[in-house]
Amino acid sequence: METLNDNRLIVSASPHVRSQETVASIMWTVVAALIPAVLFSIWQFGVKAALVYAFCIGGAVGCEYAIQKLRGVEVTIDDGSAFLTGLLMAMCLPPGLPWFMCLFGAVMAIAVAKHTMGGLGYNVFNPAHVGRAALLASWPVAMTSWTTMPSVLDGVTSATPLGILKQQGFEQVVAVFGNSGNLLQAMFFGTRNGSIGETSTVLLLLGGLFLIYRGIINWHVPVSMIGTVGILAFFISGQGVTGALFHMMAGGLVIGAFFMATDMVTIPITVKGQVIFGVGAGLLVMLIRTVGGYPEGVCYSILLMNCVTPMIDRFVQPKRFGVGGERA
Amino acid sequence: MFKSFRGGIHPQDQKQYSRDKAIETMPVPAKLVLPLRQHIGAPAEAIVAVGEQVKKGQCIAKSTGFVSSPVHAPTSGKIAAIAVQPHPVFGTSMAIVLEADGEDAWQEGVLVERDWRSLSNSDLLEIIRNAGIVGLGGAAFPTHVKLNPPPDKKIDTLIINGAECEPYLTADHRVMLEWPDKMIEGIEIALKLLGLNEAVIGIEKNKADAVAFLEKKCQGKPIKVAALETKYPQGAEKMLIRAITGREVPSGGLPADVGVIVQNVGTLAAVSDAVSHGKPLIERVVTVSGGLVKEPKNILVRLGTSFAQAVEWCGGLTGKAAKIVMGGPMMGMAQAGLEVPIVKGTSGILALAKSDIGGGKERGCIRCGRCVEVCPMGLAPYLFAIWGQRDNVEAAVKEGHLLDCAECGSCVYVCPAKRNLVHYIKLLKAKNAAKRK
Ligand code: SF4
Ligand code: SF4
Repeated sequence: METLNDNRLIVSASPHVRSQETVASIMWTVVAALIPAVLFSIWQFGVKAALVYAFCIGGAVGCEYAIQKLRGVEVTIDDGSAFLTGLLMAMCLPPGLPWFMCLFGAVMAIAVAKHTMGGLGYNVFNPAHVGRAALLASWPVAMTSWTTMPSVLDGVTSATPLGILKQQGFEQVVAVFGNSGNLLQAMFFGTRNGSIGETSTVLLLLGGLFLIYRGIINWHVPVSMIGTVGILAFFISGQGVTGALFHMMAGGLVIGAFFMATDMVTIPITVKGQVIFGVGAGLLVMLIRTVGGYPEGVCYSILLMNCVTPMIDRFVQPKRFGVGGERA
Repeated sequence: MFKSFRGGIHPQDQKQYSRDKAIETMPVPAKLVLPLRQHIGAPAEAIVAVGEQVKKGQCIAKSTGFVSSPVHAPTSGKIAAIAVQPHPVFGTSMAIVLEADGEDAWQEGVLVERDWRSLSNSDLLEIIRNAGIVGLGGAAFPTHVKLNPPPDKKIDTLIINGAECEPYLTADHRVMLEWPDKMIEGIEIALKLLGLNEAVIGIEKNKADAVAFLEKKCQGKPIKVAALETKYPQGAEKMLIRAITGREVPSGGLPADVGVIVQNVGTLAAVSDAVSHGKPLIERVVTVSGGLVKEPKNILVRLGTSFAQAVEWCGGLTGKAAKIVMGGPMMGMAQAGLEVPIVKGTSGILALAKSDIGGGKERGCIRCGRCVEVCPMGLAPYLFAIWGQRDNVEAAVKEGHLLDCAECGSCVYVCPAKRNLVHYIKLLKAKNAAKRK
């Protein structure tokens, strides 16, 4: 019998078995789910996009490393969280954004949104969206300068579908793509203008479904958020089903709903609360898109809902066992 | 659809190690350590002196109250000491040390054949009480108390707990397969005591053989078998009652509050032994398992046998153990060593390697909500770590409903940040108890 060194036994509280899942495995799985959309965007926008990715991710990871080293705390860049923040932020930026702006956004995301609040788990706002919002406030022109894309109307266009919608109306959006079938097709496959990583609905959807299948995120937030936008658009866009489908695929909604409104740290902890979050974010998206000053509102709507998350958590609590005297 | 409850987890059941191993009787070791506290309630009081010769089945420590339970000599021999000894639950406790003489001779008059049908309820309860029977599922609550609910509680259902939802453990599974007649007799006795006409045995569907076997065995008897979803903690009393009857035991209440009494399968087999044959509780079935045990087994072992002897009987360990656990891996107690005695509540002995345990460094909560989703009691477990770190007992009790927590460990199992929530929960509960004194 193997001699047993009694002093070496771990005597800790139960349970004595744990699941395999770790913070790092969650974060890197989300990164993996984004890879198809990332590759597509590099194919679509070329080196310009690749550089934005490199500076955003490098900036985010480097910034986290520097902060943790300076504070003398454990360096946790291996948990994938800073990497994911950099990646997601890059996907929400226009291709060709100058490198120093990328770095600025990364520092705002990691240093301000994440570490001033106490690090991973304590931040109230989605860091990637804070980075993007800070950039939009600092360099509004650069942040809305889009690359040129082929158009059936005048050969090229340098506006996003939502931008055209805001300025010229839905007929013009359809006209740019030829007909509404072509428009929806372009929205679905991603051959349209927009932020680097938001264009391909189908690849983002696949990534999101993969995360749901793996149990990393649940379906409630994306479905309630995109669903709310779809239902509202059906009634108020004046375009019926086409309008609904257009709005559901437009802008950063798909990437936002599947990858940012599911950022565990900054959304309600109960499923019920998450549905409220999703519906609320969906309402805000349509509010901004239809009456607000900006063509797109996913980023702000999620940040606004982040604000009310602590309140939702206070009021929406899980149903306790043995309360309510049910004798079904 | 199999019957179930809300929340819960699906850990690997790890029963492959020992599920097909028939119960094997382990020889009586030379020395037995018998703690006076092997049950919930007042400790027993020794009624033998050092140096005294005792016989197998002789009462050596008497019960000291209604909620208490006596201890019997598991074999014949000499009392070597009455002293503080290691204890698997309390760390240490007063215990009687018995040196076996190798004769294993029964005390005269202990073994008697009786027909339970001809005994009165008060006689039956007296026999169960004097036989030292307590819940063998792990809680070790005196059985005569549980089978004698206060008259103001109207009991309408007897549930037999054969869920055995803890990973690794297979002792109850084997009892159901190998001792069905004893168990069924025990159920009939319990039905008589409670004045009921029907009992339900709840078994997780990962023990399909036991479900089918008992369904056949119970034909024509007032006993039904319910196949339950395999989900931890299906065997927790409240979850079991919810799954089978749809009733929820109210917060802070007992099963009797919703008209239910739950008994473990092994306990009822022991009841039958005591009532029909006069055998006190001196042995039990224990699963010895875990990735490090050379030959995992289900052993019928005398109480007081040390973990070390039991593990040795199972071929010893094949590597360095990271944890030795009494009971299941979800709710069992980690041990500081193997020199602790098997007590009435010992359902399993597990030797786990580092790789069996999993886990890792504790990190900050990422608010993923997994703990909330799995908590069968509908609590928000992540908050207990925060309140624990801030020492905020009051908020934990009032806002967090700390006292509802069953310490099932589901929240810790799923936590990707490896938060030791149950550790904080136990701490907060201890502080709360100390405050109220
Ligand atoms: S809080 Fe308590 S009851 Fe809920 S999962 Fe954790 S240990 Fe189990
Ligand atoms: S499972 Fe762990 S990380 Fe997730 S919310 Fe609960 S305590 Fe926090």
